[in-house]
Amino acid sequence: MAFARPTAILLGKELQTEFRTRELLTTTVVFVLMVLVLFSFTFDPTSVESRRFAPGLLWLTLLFAGSLMLHPSFTREQTNDTLAALRLAPIDPTAILAAKILANGCFLLVAEALLLPIFAALYNLHVGRVLGRFCVVLILGTLALATIGTVFSAISSQARMRELLLPLLLLPVLTPALIASTEATAGLFDDTPYLSPQWVGLLVAFDAIFLTVTWLFGEYLLEE
Amino acid sequence: MATLSASASAQAGTPGHPHSAQLTETLLVALLLAVAGYCALFVAPTEATMGLIQRIFYFHVPSWWSAFVAFAIVLVSNLAYLRSRNPKWDWLGVSAAEVGVAFVTVGLVTGPIWAHPVWGIWWTWDARLTSAFVLWVLYVSYLLLRNLIEEPERRAVISAVFGIFAAVDIPLVYFSIWFFRTQHPQPVIGDGGSLDPTMGKVLLLCWAAMLGILVLLVRQRYRVEALRWDVDRLRLDAARNGNESGAR
Repeated sequence: MAFARPTAILLGKELQTEFRTRELLTTTVVFVLMVLVLFSFTFDPTSVESRRFAPGLLWLTLLFAGSLMLHPSFTREQTNDTLAALRLAPIDPTAILAAKILANGCFLLVAEALLLPIFAALYNLHVGRVLGRFCVVLILGTLALATIGTVFSAISSQARMRELLLPLLLLPVLTPALIASTEATAGLFDDTPYLSPQWVGLLVAFDAIFLTVTWLFGEYLLEE
Repeated sequence: MATLSASASAQAGTPGHPHSAQLTETLLVALLLAVAGYCALFVAPTEATMGLIQRIFYFHVPSWWSAFVAFAIVLVSNLAYLRSRNPKWDWLGVSAAEVGVAFVTVGLVTGPIWAHPVWGIWWTWDARLTSAFVLWVLYVSYLLLRNLIEEPERRAVISAVFGIFAAVDIPLVYFSIWFFRTQHPQPVIGDGGSLDPTMGKVLLLCWAAMLGILVLLVRQRYRVEALRWDVDRLRLDAARNGNESGAR
C-alpha cells in the first residue's frame, strides 16, 4: 500500500500532463507512420514476402519510436526542476520510477492501438484471428521497452548529448527483447499461427529480471 | 579524504619517486609474454587440419577469457561502489571496463583473421559471434556514458547502475541469439574435449601472460583515473567559485 498509492497518484499526474497536450502521442504516431511508409520504398510491401519482414519492421520501428519518445520522460521534469519536488515527497523514490514506467507503457500501448489497424492494412496482415495472442506479445514487448527506456531516460537526462545517448544505451540492452518480440510476432503471422512459448518465456524473463533490477537499483538514479 | 588518498595513490607512478617495483612487474610480464609467445609458436604441436593459422588460438581464446575476467571486475566494482560510495571502486570499474573492451577488440579482430582461412568467411552471424559483438557495444556505451557526465560522483553512481544493467543483459543476449540462430551450423571454437595436453598447457601459459597484462594495464589506468577524479573536482570547484565571484 505504501508503494501502490503514491505510484497510482504519480501515474495520474503523468497521464494528466500528457493528455493535456498529447504532444508525445501525436509525434510518436506520426513518426511511426512515416517510418512505415519509408520502409515501403525499400521493398514491395504488397507481396507475400512482406509478411516475413513485417514483424521485424514493426518492432524496429517501435524501438526507434520508443528511443525518441521516452527521452522527455525525465528532461521535462528538469525545466522547472519538478523532479526535486517529487524527491522531497515522503514516498519511496522507486514509486516515481514505477509511475513513469507505467505511464510510458500506457502511451506506447495507446500509440500501438492506433497504429495497429493501419499497419495491418498497409502490410496486408490478418491481425483479427490472432488478436488476443498478439496483444500478449505487444504488452510484454512494450513493458520491456518502457522499463529499460524509462530507466535509461533517467540516466541520459543527467548527461551531455542526451538525445543521442538514449538510443545508444537503449538499443544494445534491448536486443534480447527485440529478438523475442519479433520472433513471437512472426510465429503469429505464420500460415498456421502459433504463439511460441520459448519467445514469450524469454520476454517474461526479460521483463521480470529488469523490473527486479530497476526495483533494486533504480532509486540511485534519483539521488541528490 | 578520498581526494587525499587519490593523490597519494596517484603519486606512486609519477617520475622522481622510486618505482622500481613497477618496473620489475612490467619486466616480469614482458618475460612471461615472450615465453608464452615462444611456446605458442614453437612448442605447441601444429594442429592437424588447420595448420599454422590455428596458433592464433593461443592469443584469441586467452583474450576472451581475460575480457570476461575484466567484466566480472567491472560488475563487482559497480556493486561495491553503490554499497560503499568509495571512489576507489569507481576507478577500478572504469579501468577494468577499458581494459576489457581492449581485450574484446583483440578477440573480435583475431577471430576473423582465424576464421577467414578456416571457414572461408570473415564473419558469420552465429550466436557466439553476435553476442560477442553486442557485448563490445554494451561496454563501449558504458565508457561513452562516463565521458558525457561531468560531475565525478554522479558519473560514478550513474555508470555503476548502467554497468549492472549491462551485466544482467549479457546472459539474456546470449540466450536470445542462441535460440535465434540454432538453425545455423555451429562452428566449433576451442573444443576443450579433444585438446592435446601440450596445447592445453601452452593455452594456460598464454592466459597467464594475458592476465599479467590485464593487471598491469588496470593498475596503470587506475592511477590515471585517480588523478582525473582530482582534476575534475578542482575544475568543478573553480567553476563554482568563478560563478560566485561573478555574481558578486
